[in-house]
Amino acid sequence: MSIKKTSLNNLHIKYGAKLVEFAGYQMPIQYKDGIIQEHKYTRSHSGIFDVSHMGQLFISGGDDLTNDLEKIFPADLKKLKTNQSKYSFLMNNKGGIQDDLIITKTSDGFLIILNAACKYNDYEVIKSKLDNQYKLNLDESLSLIALQGPEAKNVLNKVIPGCDSLKFMNGNNYVYKNEKVYITRSGYTGEDGFEISIKHSDAETFVESLIENGSKLIGLGARDTLRMEAGLCLYGNDLDNDTSPIEANLKWAIPKSRIETEFVGSEVLKNQFQSGVKKLRVGIKPDSKVIARGNTKIYNDKNQEIGKVTSGTFGPSVEHPIAMGYVDNSYSTVNTKIFLEVRGKKIPANICNLPFYKKNYVKGEINV
Amino acid sequence: MSEVKYSKEHEWIKLDGEEVTIGITKHATEMLGDIVFAELPEKGSNVDKDGTAGVVESTKAASDVYTPVSGEVIDTNQMIVDDPSKINEDPEESAWFFKLKIKDKSEMDSLMSKEEYEKFAKETSA
Repeated sequence: MSIKKTSLNNLHIKYGAKLVEFAGYQMPIQYKDGIIQEHKYTRSHSGIFDVSHMGQLFISGGDDLTNDLEKIFPADLKKLKTNQSKYSFLMNNKGGIQDDLIITKTSDGFLIILNAACKYNDYEVIKSKLDNQYKLNLDESLSLIALQGPEAKNVLNKVIPGCDSLKFMNGNNYVYKNEKVYITRSGYTGEDGFEISIKHSDAETFVESLIENGSKLIGLGARDTLRMEAGLCLYGNDLDNDTSPIEANLKWAIPKSRIETEFVGSEVLKNQFQSGVKKLRVGIKPDSKVIARGNTKIYNDKNQEIGKVTSGTFGPSVEHPIAMGYVDNSYSTVNTKIFLEVRGKKIPANICNLPFYKKNYVKGEINV
Repeated sequence: MSEVKYSKEHEWIKLDGEEVTIGITKHATEMLGDIVFAELPEKGSNVDKDGTAGVVESTKAASDVYTPVSGEVIDTNQMIVDDPSKINEDPEESAWFFKLKIKDKSEMDSLMSKEEYEKFAKETSA
């Protein structure tokens, strides 16, 4: 299979991107400024992210659609208002996460944003669970661009007036160059921001106009450090088929109204709600400057293995190494002393609260 | 006059009498990206040619630092441990990694000259 390019590929090259393959697409890992500068620019001004590799699945048709989707997703879709979004999961029968996703109610159905590496499989799974009764369109004629940071609303408002009135986790239709664009207020960085679904042919001029208004292109490298500081999960690292939303500490995304109802994986989840879980996702802060990356083994003070790190890096805004991972539930309390095995040495660390970086909308607040 | 040579692992090495200073090349720092962590060998320890003698980590990944020659570690550069970003700023001068008392000067012979290294770096990154 040949590697795919997004509609912004020429722009990535123009702005000096280092390109890598990610989920079958040629994507920018960083531009000329490098990951740390890109990360900090997003936190202090605004960054543009090409996320066109992600799936945009539109589902429509039929009065029972909401009911049938609730048999798949543990979200309260009946209560969802048009243009409102919710974070949810596609699970397997064991309650393991096949993908984490954002569902938005549209005027004629739902839009689901899927992870790039999961999207084709998700499409098949959802289609078969819906018994082919509805119209599913994994629309590959649209680009998806995220604009994140404290200045995002001002920059975007200059290019598409009116979008600053959107509320968090809400979307709406807007017009750009006489074409319809769909914008949601959401993101993956811990900053205020937007995701813009736009025709491929308009994507490049749209991004150039964001750049003219002060934003900069940001690569996947900084996207990863930003989401880690914000305590957000990356599918494939922090979430997988063998991990449930309860274990992932994402219980908040499953509304109480749905716990007693049926959906894929509901029995396992109900049981975990009642009896608790063996492992739990936690934030980890190493005492020293040593970075513990994914798959680093975690030990207790008796040298017994109690878990493993799933994501870890240096946090450019908190200026300290940060990590998250899964530990035996009895070690999940904040301030529990743990040890990380890095290059044969046991590095002391503490369980800590997530996120590492918390935005308070007036100024950034650091939580480490 | 001191002699500077280069290894295939992207270290530079400067010989000055019995003493060598070792660091990583500018080309290496460009490939690594922003460096956020450095670990150096212990003073007084002995390191062997082509063995691991430190670690650098960028935001993306960890990489070993090798020593191109054998010897005893006589000094390490605390500045780069305290502020690893100095390695990106001045890799081939002030941000050196460690100094060795060289064991066998003939180990320098197989290393590359500046011209040879530049050609090697260009070919391997293409």
